[in-house]
Amino acid sequence: MKVLITAEGKDLDANVDPRFGRAAFFLVVDVDKEEVVEAVDNAAGRGAAQGAGVQAAQTAARLGVSALLSGHCGPNAFSAMQAANIKIYTGATGTVRHALEQFRKGELTEADDADVRGHW
Amino acid sequence: MKRVAVASGKGGTGKTTIAVNLARVMPGPVTVMDCDVEEPNVHLFLSPRALQTEPVGIPVPRINADLCTVCGECARFCEFNALGDMQTKIVVFNELCHGCGGCTRVCPEGAITEVDRVIGEVSRGKACDNITVISGRMNVGEALSLPVIRATKAQPAEGTLIIDAPPGTACPFAAAVRGADLVVLVTEPTPFGVHDLGLAAETLTAMNLPFGVVINRSGEGDGTVEEVCRRHSAPLLARIPEDRAIAEAYSRGELLVEALPHYRDEFVNLEKRIAKILNARGEAS
Repeated sequence: MKVLITAEGKDLDANVDPRFGRAAFFLVVDVDKEEVVEAVDNAAGRGAAQGAGVQAAQTAARLGVSALLSGHCGPNAFSAMQAANIKIYTGATGTVRHALEQFRKGELTEADDADVRGHW
Repeated sequence: MKRVAVASGKGGTGKTTIAVNLARVMPGPVTVMDCDVEEPNVHLFLSPRALQTEPVGIPVPRINADLCTVCGECARFCEFNALGDMQTKIVVFNELCHGCGGCTRVCPEGAITEVDRVIGEVSRGKACDNITVISGRMNVGEALSLPVIRATKAQPAEGTLIIDAPPGTACPFAAAVRGADLVVLVTEPTPFGVHDLGLAAETLTAMNLPFGVVINRSGEGDGTVEEVCRRHSAPLLARIPEDRAIAEAYSRGELLVEALPHYRDEFVNLEKRIAKILNARGEAS
């Protein structure tokens, strides 16, 4: 299973970036092997004048992940991710490795709506 | 028709006060256009009646799923991320759309049509025989002011046109003052006021628009405004003194030239100076 984790750096020891649309990096992580398959620099999203969440959701869809692990998710990103059938888990904290651990133990909640407003 | 825009860099310096009182002392017919569409307030002072209102919309994309192949061209084109390519379908975020129409043009399948989304309104009415008021107003929650400003300016005007511009020096300001024969920059003689007056003056210089300056709450600090005027060779058109009675009349929605008639001469003189500048420019061209 491949998930997308928002991170401040490119490896498992990087901290989770709590933002989705304006995260520093998107890490595609293989949950079973516990390894980073791909690290995508989100400079475009960080610099987007608007619609960073929509752009991030597009990236997630293009990367073919089945779930997103992040701190929070705003309304536009949420509905775009729903359209792509990608599950959203919010509340990830600490390092990327720690977020994976939280995910495996079922400590992250699957979001049924945006948990923050746009531009939080 | 002569067009005078009343503008300022800093907000709350007295643009509307100058615009509505100037309109009241104009000898002939005048149209006041409220282009401060985020918070229009000219109508509070001029009380136009028999309002006719038209909606202002922008074209937003609607995707025909039967024709769409999810090639993603529209989403790649959109600088504003109003379209999201989610691989199996395109999602549209109307509130992010600026209405440029680009997606409909780049779609190779002709799958996108445009539908109107209302973002505001323009109303017009008569304050008296001589004064027409046209007001643009954005709907609550909307972010795009330019289409509403353009729709307001597209309305036909009678007599001299006075445009009440939005504050600042960015696009809404530029859209409101563009095409004016003279811009009246209203400032207060405070460090903030003078700083933003300088920015507005530089913007107008870059736009090649002539301008003069009115000092509101005149008194201490006037010298710093006069320095900006000298630097830009801009005439000082009027000084409205710092006076609590003015603020009180304003807060009741009253015109100064009616509530405090001793200030009427200030506005009559301002009107004369503006007319003189406009006439001189008319003869020179």
